[in-house]
Amino acid sequence: MEKIRYERPFIIKMNAGLMNKFGTQSVNEPVTHIESVSVKGMLSEYGSPLFVISEKQIRRNYQNAVRIFKTRYPKVQFAWSYKTNYMNAVCRIFHQEGSWAEVVSGFEYEKALGNRMQGNKIIFNGPDKTDQDLIRAAQNNSMIHIDHYDELYSLIRLSEEHDLKPRVAIRVNMDTGIYPKWDRFGFNFENGQAWNALTRIANSDKLDLVGIHCHIGTFMLSPTAYAIAARNLCELAWGVKERFGKMVQYIDLGGGFPSTNTLKGAYLPGTDTVPSIDQFADAITDVILGYGFKQDELPTLILESGRALIDDAGYLLGSVLATKRLSDGRRATIMDFGLNSLFTSLWYDHKISPAQKLGDQTEEMVMFGPLCMNIDVVRESITMPMLQKGDQVVVHKVGAYNMTQWMQFITYRPAIVLIDTENNTHVIRKGEDLKYIEELEQIPEHLV
Amino acid sequence: MRVRKNIATSDEGFLFNPTTGDSFSTNAIGAEIILLMKKDIPTSEVVDTICEKYDVDKALFERDLEEFTLQLKGNSILE
Repeated sequence: MEKIRYERPFIIKMNAGLMNKFGTQSVNEPVTHIESVSVKGMLSEYGSPLFVISEKQIRRNYQNAVRIFKTRYPKVQFAWSYKTNYMNAVCRIFHQEGSWAEVVSGFEYEKALGNRMQGNKIIFNGPDKTDQDLIRAAQNNSMIHIDHYDELYSLIRLSEEHDLKPRVAIRVNMDTGIYPKWDRFGFNFENGQAWNALTRIANSDKLDLVGIHCHIGTFMLSPTAYAIAARNLCELAWGVKERFGKMVQYIDLGGGFPSTNTLKGAYLPGTDTVPSIDQFADAITDVILGYGFKQDELPTLILESGRALIDDAGYLLGSVLATKRLSDGRRATIMDFGLNSLFTSLWYDHKISPAQKLGDQTEEMVMFGPLCMNIDVVRESITMPMLQKGDQVVVHKVGAYNMTQWMQFITYRPAIVLIDTENNTHVIRKGEDLKYIEELEQIPEHLV
Repeated sequence: MRVRKNIATSDEGFLFNPTTGDSFSTNAIGAEIILLMKKDIPTSEVVDTICEKYDVDKALFERDLEEFTLQLKGNSILE
């Protein structure tokens, strides 16, 4: 006689009260395949936990975003935000699609060069650029986005010393009505600092002013904020044109478009609340097109979107290490991935699906990671089927920031697999081992 | 492990404690275990009966049963 499928016994107290008008959320559909590739197959071949990236989804996202902007504005250029995910394979997919590179450090700059990005298609942002970084970027004809006066004066000095004429823009910060206001980067718009910096550059015969840049924040939920930012940048560009007779080549609105992840504390899921890229595109392009520039002097619109183009292309597969009941009666499930690999669980309530068909019964649980640290909580509260040791899960929308901000802490960082457009799998970063971790360590003579 | 005499149970897994007025629901296997407990049979027999019927490792079920028993005690269903 075939035995019945087992499910852990449980009992819940029934509470009388008002009905929840939203009903219960159905989140328990198993995800057994990603782009037709078996989840269990990948876990068995590459181990658990495992990051998986869908090349198809990256290309879909990119082509969709480009289409949305190009159908509204004649000159659009995307630049892939390296810090969002700088796995070389990922960067090369974006570059193949036509994206430039947007980097914020010498390290990222070197990665972009390694990915065969031409120097004049690299945008160099950020407050941390050494003299060597600046010289190399200037020699490669990259776009250097100046963050502060110290950098501006360093660049003028280096240009004189090395007979260079770097292509530069300034980063502008401003009040777009959102909180927190990102005023730690760049020159302020409202107090005139940005205009003074532009004047200084325009009056220098050592710098070539090619653009104006801003990046108003991250995971922005307000298209209106982008409209304000676009208007302020247009005002500066117009001022440069009127005062110095020179039209900047581009306006760079930066990134910050959200993915459909659900922010912690949000009342409704991200899929219901996050504006579409169309709304951001409308807000930005309406302002630039309506500002009064002649058709032939319209600046190129550069976008440095990262998260919105990659988050839903990334998955984290993992396994249940153990389940237990906490002293207050709550169910706890311990996974083999935690904050160390899923850094974004600090910001999001990630959607997590079982990777196999389980019973219909669900229970609320705390989902912990494997670290021997109290803070290692993946989800403070999640309703899942009754998981048990060895069951596998799929965490959704983890493509942005996890593979760059992950920590080598207590355990190794997992491998990353790319599913290509023909559903073949490729390891794009091996799982770490002791040899890799200890490669840079040295033992002093007296401890050998 | 004895179910309190005043606890009303149904085959579908609904429980009612008339002393406190609390109602509970369990899943199918939970209901089956409670019905076995009501027969006042030893724990080892409960384990054998369930393991024979369900596709479960004995050690795993013993662990789950222990936890289930704690929940039942916590809810004043067991004496």
